[in-house]
Amino acid sequence: MLSFITRRLAATFVVLLVASFLVYMLTANSGDPLEDLRIQNDPASVAKRETLTQKLDLDTPPFFRYFKWLGGAAGCAIGQCNLGISVIRGDEPVANALANAMESTLSLVVLATILSILFGVAIGMTVALRQYSGYDYTVTFTAFIFYSLPIFWVAVLLKEFGAIRFNEFLGDPVIPWWIALAIGLVLGLIVQAVVGGHLRTRIRSAGISLALTTGILIVADITQWFRNPSIGIIGIALLGAGLGALMLFVTSNLTKRTMQFSVGTTVLAVIALWYPLQFVFFFFNHPLTIVAVAVLLAGVGVAAGFVFGGDDRIEAMRVSAITGALATAPLVLDQMFMRWGDYVQIIPLRSGVISTIGANTPILANDDDTWMRMLDSSTHLILPTIALMIISVAGYTRYTRATLLEVLNQDYVRTARAKGLPETTVIMRHAFRNTLIPIATIVAFDFGAVIGGAIITERVFAWQGMGALFNQGLSQVDVNLVMGVFLVTGVAAVIFNILADLAYSALDPRIRITEA
Amino acid sequence: MARKKITPPRTEQLALSELTIEQRQIEGLSLSTIVRRRFFQHKAAVTSMIVLGLIVLLAFTSVGTIIGGTGRLAADTESGEIILDGLRISGWWPYDWYRNYPLTMPGGLPSWEHPFGQDTLGKDIFARVMRGTQQSLTVVALIGFLATVIGVLIGSIAGFIRGWLDNLLMRMTDVIIIVPGLILGAVLGRTIGGNAIALGILLGLVSWTGLARLVRGEFLALREREFVDAARVAGASNSRIIFRHILPNSIGIVVVNATLLMSAAILTETALSFLGFGITAPDISLGQIISQYNEAFKTRPWLFWYPGLFIVVIALCINFIGDGLRDAFDPRQRRMPKTTSLMRQFREMTNGRKK
Repeated sequence: MLSFITRRLAATFVVLLVASFLVYMLTANSGDPLEDLRIQNDPASVAKRETLTQKLDLDTPPFFRYFKWLGGAAGCAIGQCNLGISVIRGDEPVANALANAMESTLSLVVLATILSILFGVAIGMTVALRQYSGYDYTVTFTAFIFYSLPIFWVAVLLKEFGAIRFNEFLGDPVIPWWIALAIGLVLGLIVQAVVGGHLRTRIRSAGISLALTTGILIVADITQWFRNPSIGIIGIALLGAGLGALMLFVTSNLTKRTMQFSVGTTVLAVIALWYPLQFVFFFFNHPLTIVAVAVLLAGVGVAAGFVFGGDDRIEAMRVSAITGALATAPLVLDQMFMRWGDYVQIIPLRSGVISTIGANTPILANDDDTWMRMLDSSTHLILPTIALMIISVAGYTRYTRATLLEVLNQDYVRTARAKGLPETTVIMRHAFRNTLIPIATIVAFDFGAVIGGAIITERVFAWQGMGALFNQGLSQVDVNLVMGVFLVTGVAAVIFNILADLAYSALDPRIRITEA
Repeated sequence: MARKKITPPRTEQLALSELTIEQRQIEGLSLSTIVRRRFFQHKAAVTSMIVLGLIVLLAFTSVGTIIGGTGRLAADTESGEIILDGLRISGWWPYDWYRNYPLTMPGGLPSWEHPFGQDTLGKDIFARVMRGTQQSLTVVALIGFLATVIGVLIGSIAGFIRGWLDNLLMRMTDVIIIVPGLILGAVLGRTIGGNAIALGILLGLVSWTGLARLVRGEFLALREREFVDAARVAGASNSRIIFRHILPNSIGIVVVNATLLMSAAILTETALSFLGFGITAPDISLGQIISQYNEAFKTRPWLFWYPGLFIVVIALCINFIGDGLRDAFDPRQRRMPKTTSLMRQFREMTNGRKK
């Protein structure tokens, strides 16, 4: 295992080195950084030209300059990064500029990637299970359209329609009954198409989801939830129960008594811990608190699994631990929503709650309250994330559909069915896990595409991330800046590739990476 | 591709009846006939092909085009009028994409005179969109052609010869793949700056990687097959085996992926032009139009809608053609609806699902 990773790393390292040389030479030759100064001939410009030439070391040919840059970049391995200075950013060291930009870009890219995988795989699976249905055709066709959308166009549309309309709604959050009914009807239609089955089943599932959605919307409207949204202990209880049920369903343990008990106990513990955790979140106002709480709740899950697990102790512990860790998300969301009232007061009135510009509100960027900062980031993240997701989700949907259909035709699925296993178990245990194998490989490929998408999205939403650095660096031929961005994306791509390989071997026992 | 004839066991005959009918239909036909026939059954693909053809025709005949030259604006030495450098072939549309005209409607609203409207300077948006479409299509065609040729060559050589050459070529592929496509494209686009043909050629030189990997994989599998041994025993040279025996057998993969590559290419080109690293003013591309009028969305939405619409329609058409080709070459992965499916589905819904 270790030797595989080392060998793999060494091979990719060489590839990365050659690629960096290529990008350096291309960027250095892409234009003249002194172009603007060359036109003028007054003494001031000449002097400026000379200082710049000296600063950028332009008298050295790019070939040798690359090795100087490489020497500085090699320092990153021992914690002393010297990626040169960026002249166009007022001689700021590139490493500094990158550190700030990385945070906003990677949060955007990673969030978009994870959400796209979740949605894409889920939609792709339901589509594959309802092959050749109206639902299948609709989703496949929609995926085709999404796949053909230019991201910059979508981003501008989202900015204009999504943000502005939604902000108008949040300014005066009233849902007329007929809109609640219409949303319920649409959702009901979708749900019945996903669930499928006989006419009676369909009508029932459509009716239930219609009643639920419309009911929730009307209750939310009456209680003015949209004016002052909160989750509270009721929300935590509902979300926790939903999460537990989902985990049981995904691991096909919905009917097992032992699993029900251990996951149920975990969820109850989360609800019981809601009140004490308020103090934890208040006094330890730091992002790492999230990790600590997740570990704590996972520990609760392990304990519950150990006590109630019975014969499936190991699996019960695992599933409950994951449930506990994931239950941190609603708790953090709850903290964020608690600050909603203050937040609406703070943000500039004209810009609206869902922001279209930048990665955070300047006055909140250095706020002491972690949860307030997170709420602010989230409202800024929503639109760019959706823009990035639209295209990725379409890709994952198509790919998952094709893969699951192929897997369902395999002999082992037929065997599983022949053994008399319930269809849920066949799908979630036998088919789903095997579907994940090829998907793990395209995640790595997709990451590069998402980085590219982020460059465009950042431009449209005026984010000061790596895309902005890249645009700035390339248009003014600041080689150091471009190389810095390339280094980060290249290393990230390498890491994703290796993670995909490891996931591959973890998911498929036929692949033993020690032999590779 | 040689298709094995299956004689279904009696019990499964009912389930396989559809397959056997299909097999009977294609008995004794050549692969190209089968593929063509299947492709023309794919309605979305055929429609897309017609639409794409119409767009190409419209884009090139309406405003005419320019051959050669730098594509830059220059003053005519005799009349002093502003013209574009290069040989101008005019079309039937009365307006040029680089001239300003008096506004026919307040604010440049779309009218009969200017169906896509005008911008603040009075430029005719229809002419601009047509010229942009031309440029984008040129880039796409160039990328498609170059990437396919290079990808097939490198993939087949690597897969057929194997050994150190394969290693070298694949590491080369890795080097290009590791640089995010848009970053590489932007750096290249910035270097040559502005011209559709140069941009298409440069992007084509770096877009072959995915196809090369696929072709290599196909060659690695096919070179072990009996028909290759037979050809070798009969004394065929390596190049003959590659081009006459193996390549025709992997034509499906090549054609389908070349098409999909082209649909990605139009999105890359427009994105680059949007960022200002692709085709730049005074030349026009669809992405560049959108970037130019980006801020005017609220006041003059037509400046924004039409170029975007053309990008979407072109990309969608190419995608559908690719899907139709995939179905034609590999009918196991059929995607698109059959006409009877809606009725059958309704019947299944009312009578219960048949497994």
